[in-house]
Amino acid sequence: MKIHEYQAKELFRKYDIPVPDGKVAFSRQDAINAAKELGQYPVVVKAQIHAGGRGKGGGVKLANSQEEAEKFSCEILGMNLVTHQTGPEGRKVKKILVEAGQKISKEFYLSLLVDRETSKIVIMASQEGGMDIEEVASKTPEKIIKVYVDPLCGIQAYHLREVAFKLDLPSSAIKQFMGMLKKLYVLFVENDCSLLEINPLILTSDDKVIALDAKVDIDSNSMFRHKDLIEYRDLDEEDPLEVEASKFNLNYINLDGNVGNIVNGAGLAMATMDIIKNAGAEPANFMDVGGGATAEMVENALKIILRDEKVKAILINIFGGILRCDVFAEGIVKAAEKTGINIPVVVRMKGTNLEKGKKILFESGLNLISAKNLKDAAAKVADAI
Amino acid sequence: MSIFVNKNTKLVVQGITGKEGSFHTRQCIEYGTNVVAGVTPGKSGQKMDNVPVFNTVKDAVESTGANASMIFVPPPFCADAIMEAADAGVNLIVTITEGIPVFDMVKVKNFLATKNCRLIGPNCPGIITPEECKIGIMPGNIHKKGPIGVISRSGTLTYEVVDQLTELGLGQTTCIGIGGDPINGTNFIDVLEAFQNDPETKGIVMVGEIGGNAEEEASEYIKANLTKPVVGFIAGLTAPPGRRMGHAGAIISGSSGTAQAKVESMKKNGIHVCDNLGMIGEISKDVFI
Repeated sequence: MKIHEYQAKELFRKYDIPVPDGKVAFSRQDAINAAKELGQYPVVVKAQIHAGGRGKGGGVKLANSQEEAEKFSCEILGMNLVTHQTGPEGRKVKKILVEAGQKISKEFYLSLLVDRETSKIVIMASQEGGMDIEEVASKTPEKIIKVYVDPLCGIQAYHLREVAFKLDLPSSAIKQFMGMLKKLYVLFVENDCSLLEINPLILTSDDKVIALDAKVDIDSNSMFRHKDLIEYRDLDEEDPLEVEASKFNLNYINLDGNVGNIVNGAGLAMATMDIIKNAGAEPANFMDVGGGATAEMVENALKIILRDEKVKAILINIFGGILRCDVFAEGIVKAAEKTGINIPVVVRMKGTNLEKGKKILFESGLNLISAKNLKDAAAKVADAI
Repeated sequence: MSIFVNKNTKLVVQGITGKEGSFHTRQCIEYGTNVVAGVTPGKSGQKMDNVPVFNTVKDAVESTGANASMIFVPPPFCADAIMEAADAGVNLIVTITEGIPVFDMVKVKNFLATKNCRLIGPNCPGIITPEECKIGIMPGNIHKKGPIGVISRSGTLTYEVVDQLTELGLGQTTCIGIGGDPINGTNFIDVLEAFQNDPETKGIVMVGEIGGNAEEEASEYIKANLTKPVVGFIAGLTAPPGRRMGHAGAIISGSSGTAQAKVESMKKNGIHVCDNLGMIGEISKDVFI
């Protein structure tokens, strides 16, 4: 689960990790009040959306007076912010963060994440702060500091020292940085983060270390033990159909094509999307109804996909295995009758009682096209659009 | 021959009295798996059909000599269940459960490094040696004994592959789903090594997907260590970056974990890559026969 910068900074404050003074604003008036409360200029006005690259897209501005703060707040609130992560359609800005400007003497990069290969927690840091870290990693990998922490033992002082010295911090800032990194590790673990990234982490002109930015992702699987973090979920940042699908425990992602598809199992769903593309069409979505699909799950999935106006045909690919095809076919027919389908639907299913299932589909009188295998299914659905 | 499981496997099921646990235990028994015990805390002395239920894995192992475990325990309690099985001396732990927090698995993985046991999964369909032993939720009837080893990160996608192989007369030695989570127990390389050492296995089908770089590492391992032919498939060529495609581990982060990179690595390392799932049976037939 992604959270906003202002929420991440709220978490940081709970753990006593230094961040600039600031406040989130949902309206022009909020923003003016926030700037006044800070009682200093410059202030920074930052768009709050779940995507990076906000500065380059014009979503971060430095204001040197109240007039400027008001002007920039008005410009950014409600703007359609396009960054390399939002895609060309951009994202509407509904909240902004108004923060006290800082006197920066140096910028660093710092992040914590779970390393898949070693099953350790890795601290990544670099003196190349404020840059695109992927670019730094590919062009100058020697500039990335990596320190691995054994999760069973937790973070030790030598880990902290290694990062601090390699960052070449001034001696007056080292102790403060080590304390901060330790707290960041604790925050990371206690909140089941999958990513914690500060870019940039700054050294101020009076040698203080502050998290100027904050990006935190929470492991969605851990939400059962983080009831307090659930309120950080921002439905405005999600596709409405995806929100709807999540209510039914459906894994759904809306895409640009026009062939809707419903598949049981994530791997098979991805492979089905690929095969649609292979047949010369474009998938309109990813929809995984789960390995043990039921007719009810497919019904809910159908309803959601039918609300997507760009969908011109649907491919249902269910590898039932243990599930009986006749039971399943009845479910699909019922769902189709209830939802009133007016576009072609190609059904490919596998499991016990396959022939019986096909007969039910064929005799239903609905616009259901039965496919004998995957290749056939993809060709039929590509033909149907 | 086969790898990891066979006729001598004695299975204990953790979470046997739950809805999923009891359903799939029955399916396994029907297939011929020797299920010797079940574990549900507080239900010792009861029976699930004819299977005795114990309070702890330790009790079950002591009473029945179980040497493998299949876990259906819900995510909040699953890490605990895996560690319990490992501590009780079970050699093979197959975890079906989906949705375990990553940190729990990070702990489990580091804990298991100190134990002499193999974890398959989590978030996987399990392992099957056709006509001998099925530990998992895959439909048994699509499998057939034969010379092909199958390894995959997915569930139903594996069934699709196995089904095509069986229909073309290509039976399997053992089929393993290693799971769709970012942190899992057994990885591609562990299984590839076992298939290479298994004299009955003549060819291998490896099914990967986007996310991480396990497929790239496996491809390099294959080139350096395997003499048997490998057919490869990668799901997710059309997956958008930054989105979790159902499986927690199936996500393209930045420029890493893309299907394109995995396919290239496979091709470079001599793997016969199939780029259309509908063709994987036929391509396997061409390569293996």
